[in-house]
Amino acid sequence: LWILAPILTLVLGITIGVLVIVWLEREISAGLQQRIGPEYAGPLGVLQALADGTKLLFKENLFPSRGDTRLFSIGPAIAVVSTLLSYSVIPFAYRFVLSDLSMGVFLWIAISSIVPIGLLMSGYGSNNKYSFLGGLRAAAQSISYEIPLTLCVLSISLRAIRFDIVEAQSKYGFWGWNLWRQPIGFIIFLISSLAECERLPFDLPEAEEELVAGYQTEYSGIKFGLFYVASYLNLLVSSLFVTVLYLGGWNIFIPYIFMTEFLEINNVGRVFGITIARWTLPRLRMDQLLNLGWKFLLPISLGNLLLTTSSQLLSL
Amino acid sequence: MILSVLSSPALVSGLMVAQDKNSVHSVMFPILVFRDTLGLLLLLGLDVSAMMFPVVHIGDIDVSFLFVVMMFHIQIAEICEEVLRYLPVSGIIGLILWWEMFFILDNETIPLLPTQRNTTSLRYTVYAGKVRSWTNLETLGNLLYTYYFVWFLLPSLILLVAMIGAIVLTMHRTTKVKRQDIFRRNAIDFRRTIMRRTTDPLTIY
Repeated sequence: LWILAPILTLVLGITIGVLVIVWLEREISAGLQQRIGPEYAGPLGVLQALADGTKLLFKENLFPSRGDTRLFSIGPAIAVVSTLLSYSVIPFAYRFVLSDLSMGVFLWIAISSIVPIGLLMSGYGSNNKYSFLGGLRAAAQSISYEIPLTLCVLSISLRAIRFDIVEAQSKYGFWGWNLWRQPIGFIIFLISSLAECERLPFDLPEAEEELVAGYQTEYSGIKFGLFYVASYLNLLVSSLFVTVLYLGGWNIFIPYIFMTEFLEINNVGRVFGITIARWTLPRLRMDQLLNLGWKFLLPISLGNLLLTTSSQLLSL
Repeated sequence: MILSVLSSPALVSGLMVAQDKNSVHSVMFPILVFRDTLGLLLLLGLDVSAMMFPVVHIGDIDVSFLFVVMMFHIQIAEICEEVLRYLPVSGIIGLILWWEMFFILDNETIPLLPTQRNTTSLRYTVYAGKVRSWTNLETLGNLLYTYYFVWFLLPSLILLVAMIGAIVLTMHRTTKVKRQDIFRRNAIDFRRTIMRRTTDPLTIY
């Protein structure tokens, strides 16, 4: 029963992390677009995410009258739950992980495969042709970018002998990061994880509300809030995994600090970069997106795997 | 207790797959089935096989089924007909599958498969020398990629054929679609595309 305390700490940490990310995103996008960001909610607008959440809580919770009510309700829940589950395997410091599985990363990949089901459910449940199509597109995007993701993770774990991915990076400090061992894999992983959580420039399901309709159109109130939160949660998880796998985990390049460095310090730079990418790059059209995933990233990630395996063979 | 919590929804969802008239629901119920069998596999301690379930079954197979069900026009009149007249054939198939289960479960007492008869000799191996704590993943990787690699490569070839088959079956070449060649479009020089014409300033309207 003592497991509840770490779980609660983690959930609290995640919630604060999401708040911080929402605020960061608003501020960074404001800075990029040369305007002032949120400044009314809390000092410097820090409580903006809370204000958003409260607003969404009090909005009317609409159900489409002829849509499938049960699937409509369950859809966002599945997306959020799967994303939250994958937080349990992120190591925040040495052995500071909620569940020390030997195949933690695989759990993340497995669970992120459940997200398209939630999207399909929510697209189908709203009685709307366009949100249905949007849900199909979002699911197609999600499943097609899982494969380069998995292949990059595979090539990382080929280098680590016994899944001590982060500890193997701690040998050489800054230069031992997996980033330098596998630059191609880093870029592919970054792009694929951005596509998995439907951030820009793969924003088609989300911003389709501006264009035609996304699977989120018929949602209002807290269900939309769940999708909103799920997007940022997914962003946080993806950036944490990028940091764990490629950027040295909890070791920053100052090798003589005995305090356990937390992952977040390493992570903020990642989130910053992702948010900048969101507001600077144009959105990809759907066929260009799938084109990128299947025809471009998949062969390159296979080539990356081949390179890794051949270098393992040559050096052993 | 956890076993019954997990296994009974699996059985019920399996029944609901065939029973539900709404075809999307009957593809959503396998998700429940997969989730419960995932829990059962986790209880057995097979972590890798349990993790294969979301990736392969829920994430890919079920999503493919959902795509098929949602995008293709399924006649509703077929669903409302009587199901009971399929009972003889489906009963025979169900009995065969149920019987196959007993091949695996009770193989020591009911030796239906030709396994080795000297099963008592297994009790006298010295296990202390054999203890090597490999994770599930390591054992799978060790066997799958070295001894059974042919069986690993063959399904990938089969899947490749299936993928190409699906694409070939559904692709119809349209010759009238105008497509852009991006490289050619970027290489256009404006000096050669805009024609010069003298315009009469009085007749511009």
